[in-house]
Amino acid sequence: MEILLQQIINGLVLGSMYALIALGYTMVYGIINLINFAHGEVLMVGALTSWTVIGLMRDAMPGAPGWLILLLALIIACVVAATLNFVIEKVAYRPLRNSPKLAPLITAIGMSILLQTLAMIIWRPTNKAYPTLLPSESIVVGGASISPTQIMILVVTAVSLAILTWLVNYTKLGRAMRATAENPRVASLMGIRPDMVISATFIIGAVLAAIAGVMYASNYGIAQHAMGFGPGLKAFTAAVFGGIGNLAGAVVGGILLGLIEAIGAGYLGTVTGGVLGSQHSDIFAFVILILTLTVRPSGLLGERVADRA
Amino acid sequence: MKSKNLIVFLIAAVALLALPLLLQTQGNAWVRIVDIALLYVLLALGLNIVVGYAGLLDLGYVAFFAIGAYLYALLGSPHLTETFPAIKAMFPGGLHAPLLIVIPLALVLAGVFGVMLGAPTLRLRGDYLAIVTLGFGEIIRVFLNTLDHPVNITNGPKGLDAIEPVHFWGLNLGRPLKLGDYTISSVSLYYYLFLALVIFTVIISHRLQLSRIGRAWMAIREDEIAAKAMGINTRNMKLLAFGMGASFGGVSGAMFASFQSFVSPESFSLMESVMIVAMVVLGGIGHLPGVILGAVLLAALPEVLRYVAGPLQSMTDGRLDASILRQLFIALAMIVIMLVRPRGLWPSPEHGKSLKRKSGDATPVELAGVDNPADEVPHKPARSMSINP
Repeated sequence: MEILLQQIINGLVLGSMYALIALGYTMVYGIINLINFAHGEVLMVGALTSWTVIGLMRDAMPGAPGWLILLLALIIACVVAATLNFVIEKVAYRPLRNSPKLAPLITAIGMSILLQTLAMIIWRPTNKAYPTLLPSESIVVGGASISPTQIMILVVTAVSLAILTWLVNYTKLGRAMRATAENPRVASLMGIRPDMVISATFIIGAVLAAIAGVMYASNYGIAQHAMGFGPGLKAFTAAVFGGIGNLAGAVVGGILLGLIEAIGAGYLGTVTGGVLGSQHSDIFAFVILILTLTVRPSGLLGERVADRA
Repeated sequence: MKSKNLIVFLIAAVALLALPLLLQTQGNAWVRIVDIALLYVLLALGLNIVVGYAGLLDLGYVAFFAIGAYLYALLGSPHLTETFPAIKAMFPGGLHAPLLIVIPLALVLAGVFGVMLGAPTLRLRGDYLAIVTLGFGEIIRVFLNTLDHPVNITNGPKGLDAIEPVHFWGLNLGRPLKLGDYTISSVSLYYYLFLALVIFTVIISHRLQLSRIGRAWMAIREDEIAAKAMGINTRNMKLLAFGMGASFGGVSGAMFASFQSFVSPESFSLMESVMIVAMVVLGGIGHLPGVILGAVLLAALPEVLRYVAGPLQSMTDGRLDASILRQLFIALAMIVIMLVRPRGLWPSPEHGKSLKRKSGDATPVELAGVDNPADEVPHKPARSMSINP
């Protein structure tokens, strides 16, 4: 029972990070129908930027409390990632808005490789120990332990999701985003500038990715140039799982995927008598995905889209 | 005109045949690069059937490459006989599967896997399909990594080594061939084998493209519902596309294993799948010369860059080493080529040539992923179609 509770906590933490990243994928997809392959790399840039900032700040002001340093690093990482994603969209995706559909996909993949390579050049291709800035004593709840970092991840995710919900549902920008996702041409007739909305979407996605990156790095205590790839892939899976283009779907998909993975990792070995183990938790997620899509081709919460009117 | 084509063809044939012999005088490393490029051409041609003709975005293509490679590796290395006494008892001398058995076997096995992947994904479209195929690729890779217990089949992350080179008709491609006092190196022999396979694949692809099947695929690519309405069995056609594409991947995987004489799961990462998709799209999706160009460009040029990387590396204090430079080049090439030529370097000619707009007209609006259907030219009346042509 304790194991189950522990795995549920781990799964929630993992899933909430997936959810943050998946939101970036799904928002971009909802508006311009592009799988932004570079999204995971934005996460990585966010995490590495925060790592640099933390290093600098620890030298500059040795007495500062950990949470303050982490908060400042988080903000700077968000700003850097947002700028980066804004530029990426402008340079690599916008000129291809009306091209064959695979063209922006290839530039997105190219961007992903480019960012990884640049990160290797700037930060060197080594593993960097990411400092633990919050207290490290875990709190024990009913036999399962949860660390302050994990609590922070859950809280930050909840806050980010609340802000995002408010932004999308109750602001002018949010309405413009929803309208553009529905139909960009009609939206532009209503006085919305789709280009601006798309830029805003990329910026919001990047901020979420940077938050997830900092959380990811502090949870695992490590940061390196390829760290964005794995979570990016999983988050994209989560977005599709929940129904791509659907914000609630991304969150549900992310958290479910996290739970599936954690519980799978915990029990797969015992259930199958050691034939499958925790190293299979990755494909466990993919198998679930394939099964779900076979039954519901548009994802858990996705609407049935008519096949090309 | 005919005779001019023939001359061009002859020159190309002679150049292709002489290429490794010229390169091997400069060192076998150069021939190796060309060999690898040919393998990628084979892969890209296979994927072109799935992505280019049938329009099904497959991001897990490397899985079929892996299946072919592991099949050859298991049949051609001592691993199976060493691990399983039963097999050892059956084949005391070791399994020395000849090429003429392995190639059809790889073809069939990969094709079966292709259909197996295709079957559950028939209802999925576009990006859902992309993620499922991607997941399939990862599943295969993880299994290659972990199938070393409880029964050791793939030898896990360590991979399989000591794979026999290709041998048929008394010819062993692993050893240089001596003709009189002229030596053709082993890599050059592989070159001829791969070249033959590539030519064979090109012919098949070309014939497929012009056939009923090819037209059915392209109809599905353009509009699946309309294709269905025209009486095309979209289910079977899609499965066929998956199967055929996969079987080419399997064959090239088998060749890869014999060429490298070593396989490990590392060679079959998602990045490889992505690179193959990039080759197809960069070159010109659905257009054979374009696909070949894309594959050669992305496979060979970065390798050549390795040789100029030395000075750059010392200039930049070791930050720009060969592999980083290679990645940088690939990334920039993908972005720049797509920005400059969104339809690829050498795209297939536009459909509906008969309705070519006057040159003064505004540039045509490109629909996502679709060449402009001829009867949807903006500001022009729809094509008049006679009922009895």
